[in-house]
Amino acid sequence: MHPETRTRRRNERLFRLLCLSCLFLPLAMLVWLLGDLVVKAMPRLHMDFLSGYPSRRATDAGVLPGMIGSLYLIFLTVSLAMPIGVGAAIYLEEFGRRSRLAHLIEVNIANLAGVPSIIYGLLGLEIFVRVLGLGRSLLAGAATLALLVLPVIIMATREALRTVPDSLREAAVGLGATPWQVVRQVVLPQSMPGIMTGCILAVSRAIGETAPLVVIGALTFITFLPDGVLAPFTALPIQIFNWISRPQAAFAHNAAAGIVVLMGTLLLLNATAIYLRGRMERIQKGTH
Amino acid sequence: MNAQVATGRFEAEDADAWFGPKQVLRKVNLMIPERRITAVIGPSGCGKSTFIRCLNRMHELVPGARTAGRIRLDGENIYAPDVDPVLLRRRVGMVFQKPNPFPTMSIRDNVLSGLRLTGALDRSRAEAIVEQALRAAALWEEVRDRLGEPGVGLSGGQQQRLCIARTLAVSPEVVLMDEPCSALDPIATARIEDLLSELKARYTIVIVTHNMQQAARVSDRTAFFLAGELIEVAETDNLFTYPVDRRTEDYITGKFG
Repeated sequence: MHPETRTRRRNERLFRLLCLSCLFLPLAMLVWLLGDLVVKAMPRLHMDFLSGYPSRRATDAGVLPGMIGSLYLIFLTVSLAMPIGVGAAIYLEEFGRRSRLAHLIEVNIANLAGVPSIIYGLLGLEIFVRVLGLGRSLLAGAATLALLVLPVIIMATREALRTVPDSLREAAVGLGATPWQVVRQVVLPQSMPGIMTGCILAVSRAIGETAPLVVIGALTFITFLPDGVLAPFTALPIQIFNWISRPQAAFAHNAAAGIVVLMGTLLLLNATAIYLRGRMERIQKGTH
Repeated sequence: MNAQVATGRFEAEDADAWFGPKQVLRKVNLMIPERRITAVIGPSGCGKSTFIRCLNRMHELVPGARTAGRIRLDGENIYAPDVDPVLLRRRVGMVFQKPNPFPTMSIRDNVLSGLRLTGALDRSRAEAIVEQALRAAALWEEVRDRLGEPGVGLSGGQQQRLCIARTLAVSPEVVLMDEPCSALDPIATARIEDLLSELKARYTIVIVTHNMQQAARVSDRTAFFLAGELIEVAETDNLFTYPVDRRTEDYITGKFG
């Protein structure tokens, strides 16, 4: 074999190995972390934990208000953020292309996506909790989180709208469709899977957020379930945060179990969304 | 509006068109007779596509594009301020270069899409409309057993005929075709050409083509465009046999293009 060929092959093998380790190292750490977590959570992972309320005794404490609070919160957040986000994206992509205003908004959205979440918390505290008088309620929390995930949804939706070929818009316009009809019946159905992806990202981000909820004043110890959107609430990350900061070692197990529940909820929500997206994609490809 | 019957006769009078600062059509004066096939030929960039896009006011949708002059459909200026371009496009249908059936829709829904998009669909007549339009587009026999299947599952030629059926389902007076065969193989092209001669009994047809043989085969009249200007228009046989303008002759004999 030519010596140059040999060196090159060796280098290629080395490079491949390097890439592989880049993949495995973080993955291994993640698995280790999760494994450790599950082991710690084991003593608490039973039905009573899921259906119980917070308690001073670690072994009696449950996660129900946090779990229900988080589910309510996510549902409200998506209900608020999705229509607004998708609407904003439609304006920017389909109607505002090239306008100065659209450009200005665009730059700001990109910046907003990078603003630390605690700033959103402060904003939510002032606007929703105080000025609008929503109090420390589910709705105030959801509205704050909706603001937080809005840039994510807008950007993902714009990306999805951009993948719809112009030839389809032309076809619809040529048939005598108004701009609204084109968007509603051609562009949106076509970009639905991409929009769903944006919402999945938004849910993943919103469900783990703690800082803004702490700022707007989600409670950490409640022994009731919210009875409406204006009720006080807690959420899983808040509950976990609270348990971790307790001095008693027994609560560490609760925190671990809480994290497992949080991740389970997140996986369940995302799996549902991915299933829906997959179905829409199949419909589009015509293999119903 | 004049007391004329709606037949789909176009008259362009000093029609100009621009893309931003660039003028792509200059003072085009052209009459397009009803229920005949008019071919628009010319080299790439001569303004032939722009011209037919002015006929259904789709040119103006491109940012920065504008038009001037008058284009009359059945005597009425389609650029008059009180004309709604959306309603105009229901009278003047368009078939595009690349077949573009709606991917989210079945064959049936694609045919009905124009009516459904505009909310003009009478459900009880839907099946009849689907069959009628598909028959008119010479596609019915091939797809009658699988109307529920997706339109994008058809072959390219079938997709283009589906697009024609979709256009016909809205019952336009005029059908504009922008190089409808350029993405198709010769057999599919032949089918569409056959179809055209059947359609002209009921519709005014304007077809843009870069293929002179096609213009010669299918059209009754041919208009030759060059650099945004209409150079010559005549009965197709005359234009190809006795071109009056030197540039027309050079183009059809293949000296450039």
